[in-house]
Amino acid sequence: MTDNGSARSLDSRSNRQFLAASDKDFSISENGFRRLNDFIQKYPDKRSAVMPALYIVQEERGFVSLEGICWVSERLGLSAAQVLEVVTFYTMFYKKPVGKYHFQVCRTVSCALRGASEIMAALAKRFDGLLPNEVSADGKWSYEEVECLGSCGTAPVCQINDHLFENLTPEKLLAIIERIEKESPDLRFSTIKDRLGEGLKDYPKSEIC
Amino acid sequence: MEKRILLKNIDCPDLHRLAKYEELGGYAAARAALASEPASLIQAIKRSGLRGRGGAGFSTGTKWEFIPKNSGKPVYLICNADESEPGTFKDRLLMERDPHLCLEGMIISAWAIGAHWACVYIRGEYAYSYERLKLAIDECYQKGYLGKNIFGSDFNFDIILHRGAGAYICGEETALIESLEGKKGQPRLKPPFFPAAIGLYKAPTIVNNVETLCAVTRIFQMGADAYAALGTEKSKGTKLFSVSGHVNKPGVYEVEMGYPLLDLINVECGGVWKDRALKGVIPGGSSMPILTAEELKGVVLDYESIQAAGSYLGSGGFIVFDETANMLDVACNIAHFYAHESCGQCTPCREGAHWIEKIFNRIASGGGIRSDLSLIESIAKQVEGHTICVFGEAFVWPAKAFVKKFPDDFANLLSDQDRLIQIERRKEIGERQINKGVELS
Repeated sequence: MTDNGSARSLDSRSNRQFLAASDKDFSISENGFRRLNDFIQKYPDKRSAVMPALYIVQEERGFVSLEGICWVSERLGLSAAQVLEVVTFYTMFYKKPVGKYHFQVCRTVSCALRGASEIMAALAKRFDGLLPNEVSADGKWSYEEVECLGSCGTAPVCQINDHLFENLTPEKLLAIIERIEKESPDLRFSTIKDRLGEGLKDYPKSEIC
Repeated sequence: MEKRILLKNIDCPDLHRLAKYEELGGYAAARAALASEPASLIQAIKRSGLRGRGGAGFSTGTKWEFIPKNSGKPVYLICNADESEPGTFKDRLLMERDPHLCLEGMIISAWAIGAHWACVYIRGEYAYSYERLKLAIDECYQKGYLGKNIFGSDFNFDIILHRGAGAYICGEETALIESLEGKKGQPRLKPPFFPAAIGLYKAPTIVNNVETLCAVTRIFQMGADAYAALGTEKSKGTKLFSVSGHVNKPGVYEVEMGYPLLDLINVECGGVWKDRALKGVIPGGSSMPILTAEELKGVVLDYESIQAAGSYLGSGGFIVFDETANMLDVACNIAHFYAHESCGQCTPCREGAHWIEKIFNRIASGGGIRSDLSLIESIAKQVEGHTICVFGEAFVWPAKAFVKKFPDDFANLLSDQDRLIQIERRKEIGERQINKGVELS
């Protein structure tokens, strides 16, 4: 199979520095294959489906591994390097596993003016000295500082997985963490739903806050 | 006073649903547009005086006219929803609350320029906007407002959603096109070829901002002349302003062009918070030079007035600073953002952004010397105009403005002994060279 070949060619030390983790049990569900085919149909050129394909890998596996890159390159008829350059260029593709709940605290101007650093400090304290971009021992928590999340009017903000929480204070964030502890809600992208018939559901208010 | 044209219905519940949007008169403008000549639509947009709301302020009608006739290639339309400029969050509001307004604008624009395929490039972090737009697009397909023979005409038109992945630079139109083609988002050299001639898949492409496309819908609802009657002579219509930072009521406000800037902050936004005095305002997103409280007096909100004051209107992202804000901290923060977001294609920007960040951080940590300020000036000179896209300007303009306009925030931390330090440094370099020489021999 060709994917072993391309995996080997990528598995050099220079590439390994970008892709810290490999994913031994890598597999993509039927649904993932189907969704990728749908995406490919929509674009005038197949190559445009690289980013949607990587999102599918990330949603199913939690991060983009060497194996994930090879899967995408096979499906789209690209070289593995063409996919790798996309993975390393964009910050939203994780190159190693993150916690089940990944906190992204905005640090850019407007949030900084209204107390983003206190939010970061509160997280570091709550997670007991866990450093940014590290994953807690139980695999549940990780956090990092990110650049502008585009919600400056409700600063400071934090995005937990794909759900946004606004107008935060350290107390409010700690209360949110308590609720996550108790209820373990699913905060992945696919749970932001506003499908036909479900009516208005403003997620920042309804999910946890 | 707010003048709500784009945000007219924004407070209606369920506005994001097709039924409600149509009840309020939605999609009538698109139906009417499909019955008229495309060329007449472009003329109407030119007459309305609409200028691109993404930041550059280029005439939308003129941009559309650049599409070559009979090139033999398909024409593509892209809606730029990659709103990444710090301090800007107006498109998020439009997409979350009134997605059909943008879609209707896209249908009209597509008919005007002859596009049959369009894409909304939405920034990856806007998960909720993505879901709202997806719902809106699904509803349009169900009703036959998108797809084959839309509104019963012989016009076919498809819109797809493409999710970005956290790169600031993809808001630049040629970087966005590269990204949409499945590559790294690195801008293309222009001139000679602008996207209107050679864009997505080398075909003619028009890239318009969400707010611009929403304005297109309103222009055909109210008439081009009525829209042109709003605003000032050169800046027509209304504009959305995102106000954030040290104000009592941050948020998105729509006012007529030519509205006094200080009124926006003191009246609409309830003034500077905690009863403090105003120190300065960044008027167009973090890439624009800051204006001091003194410079803001008498400035009105249009492209010309803000330019005369020494900055640019950009995307309309206002960041307000109160008297306690330390501009060195702000400079460090913004410099870090640009160092992080440089795409790495051009050397002056890739290196310069990090140098500027390092120098600001050095000053902040107490290790700065007096010549650091002129060093920033000299780096700026080497970056400006020497990069493929305007990202270079985007980080040197604010850096230069902070240093020039708020010297007090920097001066205390600069060492007077700069000559001494320079001599030390030279000595160090000299020693290193001598040591190297010894090794070589």
